[in-house]
Amino acid sequence: MNFSDILTMRHELMLTLLALVVLIIDLNLHNRDKHLIIPITLSLFFIHTVVGFLPVDKSVLFGGMYQTNPLLVMMKNILNVGVLIILLQSVTWLKQEENREKISEYFILLFSTLIGMNFMISSGDFLMFYLGLELATIPVAALAAFTHHQTKSAEAGIKLLLSSALSSGILLFGISLIYGSTGSIYYDTVMGLYQNSPMQVLAFIFFFTGMAFKISLVPFHLWTADVYEGAPINVTSYLSVISKGAAAFILIIVMFTVFNKLAVVYNHILYLISVLTMTIGNLFALRQKNMKRFLAFSSIAQAGFILLGIMGGNVLGMTSVIYFVLVYIFSNLGAFGVVSAIQTVTGKESMDDYDGLYATNPKLSLLMMLALFSLAGIPPVAGFFGKFFLFASAASAGYYWLVFIAVLNATISLYYYLLVVKAMFINKNETPLAYFKSDLATRTGLILSGLGIFILGFWSQIYEVINNLSFGIIH
Amino acid sequence: MNILNLFIIIPILTVVGIALTRDLKQSRLVSAIGMGVQMILSFVLVYLYLKERATGNTAAMLFTYDALWFPTLNIHYSLGVDGISVAMIALTGIVVFAGIFASWKVTYLPREFFISLIILASGVFGFFISVDLFTMFLFYELAVIPMYLLIGIWGSGPKEYSAMKLTLMLMAGSAMLMVGILGIYFFSSPDHSHLTFNLLEISKIRIPIEMQRFLFPFTFVGFGILGALFPFHTWSPDGHASAPTAVSMLHAGVLMKLGGYGAFRVAIFLMPEAAHEQAWIFLILTSISVVYGAFSAAVQNDLKYINAYSSVSHCGLVLFAVLMMNQTAMNGAIVQMISHGLMTALFFALIGMIYGRTHTRIIQEMGGLMKVIPFLGVVYVIAGLASLGLPGFSGFVAEMIIFTGAFQHVDVFHRVITIVAASSIVITAVYILRVVGLLLMGPIKNDHFLHLDDAKWYERISTITLVLAITAIGVAPFWLTNMINFSLAPIVEKLSAIQITSLF
Repeated sequence: MNFSDILTMRHELMLTLLALVVLIIDLNLHNRDKHLIIPITLSLFFIHTVVGFLPVDKSVLFGGMYQTNPLLVMMKNILNVGVLIILLQSVTWLKQEENREKISEYFILLFSTLIGMNFMISSGDFLMFYLGLELATIPVAALAAFTHHQTKSAEAGIKLLLSSALSSGILLFGISLIYGSTGSIYYDTVMGLYQNSPMQVLAFIFFFTGMAFKISLVPFHLWTADVYEGAPINVTSYLSVISKGAAAFILIIVMFTVFNKLAVVYNHILYLISVLTMTIGNLFALRQKNMKRFLAFSSIAQAGFILLGIMGGNVLGMTSVIYFVLVYIFSNLGAFGVVSAIQTVTGKESMDDYDGLYATNPKLSLLMMLALFSLAGIPPVAGFFGKFFLFASAASAGYYWLVFIAVLNATISLYYYLLVVKAMFINKNETPLAYFKSDLATRTGLILSGLGIFILGFWSQIYEVINNLSFGIIH
Repeated sequence: MNILNLFIIIPILTVVGIALTRDLKQSRLVSAIGMGVQMILSFVLVYLYLKERATGNTAAMLFTYDALWFPTLNIHYSLGVDGISVAMIALTGIVVFAGIFASWKVTYLPREFFISLIILASGVFGFFISVDLFTMFLFYELAVIPMYLLIGIWGSGPKEYSAMKLTLMLMAGSAMLMVGILGIYFFSSPDHSHLTFNLLEISKIRIPIEMQRFLFPFTFVGFGILGALFPFHTWSPDGHASAPTAVSMLHAGVLMKLGGYGAFRVAIFLMPEAAHEQAWIFLILTSISVVYGAFSAAVQNDLKYINAYSSVSHCGLVLFAVLMMNQTAMNGAIVQMISHGLMTALFFALIGMIYGRTHTRIIQEMGGLMKVIPFLGVVYVIAGLASLGLPGFSGFVAEMIIFTGAFQHVDVFHRVITIVAASSIVITAVYILRVVGLLLMGPIKNDHFLHLDDAKWYERISTITLVLAITAIGVAPFWLTNMINFSLAPIVEKLSAIQITSLF
């Protein structure tokens, strides 16, 4: 392994190093100085994020197990930026008395899952994919149970662990069938040998089911709401944004490369699942009063939209999905950031507590409104562009009725997003949440996501860059 | 710099300006200045447009500006105006300006109110100057969403219900529109090589008839919902009744015109064959709108509901005329949009002013107001007479042209449906005169009403602006119709070139 290989793998290697450095610092710090870990880790991770943007060439390592190209690096960078915002948003929470002992654990677990996701994105065969997936999942279960003295958090941890174990099992079964029918686990070989025999279709279905658990598509979504509600808010935000984003990235890569011959088969499955996911996610979100559960179901519905882009089956579809996930990360982080800021300071997380919020905390309310409009796909914020391009890619494949169902679902989703807007701006409240001033880190995180929500849409350059990188990935 | 860009930039600057202000006085001043400049700009645009046409420029769109936005999908930020959009922009300029003065006394969260109002206005301006379907759609949605906050926060009555109903129904409309626009886009080039969102380029090619049959209802109904097409009009009475004065003015006056304009500019212009085939269905629906709206207005007791149903009737007439697809009727449709926009804005402004004084909108509780507030009373009568189509006002011109145009069709179906729709004129007279009689004439029913103040200076600015515009069109309609006709001629030519395969 020479130096250029190290550069190629810098995302994974630097993160590993970072996790180790945090551990070592933690060992050498006195108990009352533990809070120093936060600024150190944040600055190191910031450097890591910046270094990630350095250009990289297409290359393959370990005999094809690990591959990288500018598009994959871009995906990792998107995740890095998202994680950076989450880290900023969790500073206040980490500083609380109950978490003092566990600051470094939070960072190490978080970085481990991120390493797993990076490996998953860069995987060149199913083995690496599976290793990355496990590394990305198991630490998250520990994170979900982070405040384990609370029953709900512990419950979230065990639920997440059990359901991921089940889904991993199904996925692994799918992979074994793929290996059995093609004799290989390398993406390139499998792609060449796939002939859509019944067993291979079955293998795909198992594989897709496993992935559907991770992205929480209906009917494999049942774990989502409980886990999201029980986990600490920042972990919820990580689960719903980063984990889901990474899973969507890897899904689109695999669907467009390994299984691309299967499109005639899987489009029917995807059609059904996307309609179910959008509709059921939306209908359940309508009745939620807890903000975390609310955002959980809204994110299930959002996952249904992603499938539309995959069904597009062309460069437009791939670009749109990546762009949509990028926009989704910023919009959802904006919403979660506000919920997190309020929850950390006041401990309130019910929608009723948001009544009359605009009177006391106008800036938070405005950001929340923009984030929700972005999730609903209302111009001029970025969500509108993300949705429009996704729908365009589905329409390009002729799925006009699906587009219609999807846009109607976007309208339903607008209803419940507006309920929050209504609570904040319209509902009268004798005792609204008192004014509070967030600390610098939280504000930076919120401003970053707010900027993203505004700029990503108008700045067409970003879409074009993704589009240029997507060329050549699809055969 | 291109003059059309200013129509986007000035509202943005105004919004930024309002955000920097502190109280009601400052924010209404900034809004009035910003929208005053915008109105003058729209008159300058009319002048420049006529001057340009006088020099013999016969391009379909003038003052075009084009910037590539998303190269992959060939989305452009593309602007341009023809006679029709110039007229609509002038209408918007007037109504928005009058609307600012009608909301001179908004004390609750004034900054937010004016910001939302101007975002709404900029969406409308943007819609009328867009040549690219994508930007058109973007501005359309941008105009709809501030309505939720405007009605929900500053409205009256069951405001939360009305705001939600209105927003969701209009968004469902834009859902249909999205399907239509994407369908048009993917068939905008015969060999699928140069897909485009540009209206003018798409109008040069022929979208396959099977696709037209599929896409036309989506597009037409999508826009029709905003134009209060029966049976999708139910958002309109509730929405208008709950909205604050300026919002009712803008919404009935301008926003509903987006529906008529879009149905004509996108649905019929780009898919003429399907329009011919399916026109009969929508003609029946629109004539129901026209008659049913008028009948409903005749039995309502709330002033705002009366005017809202009257808007359903009048906007139905716009869609009705557009579907007649000949030069005269379409010309009438555009004049009707302008005329109704001004009239209904005036009505809603007056209702807001009367309500602000009497604190009731139920006509039976009022009476004899002409004696105590003569200025408002007289203007109300003027608006009423214009609305029922008295010669000398804009309403007469519009309805006259529409029914003349509609009657040019010689077949039985069109003749019958025209007669049905024309019967609304009589019903309109009934409900207008009923209101005038109960509201303004007779004895004063409440002692409290004896001490009402007549219109303040800012209310006079608001109403006089609108009355002047209505009378100007009524007395001298030719400058408007000439401007429209020139741009309409090539469109109608395209429509009439088609072999009619309609059921009727």
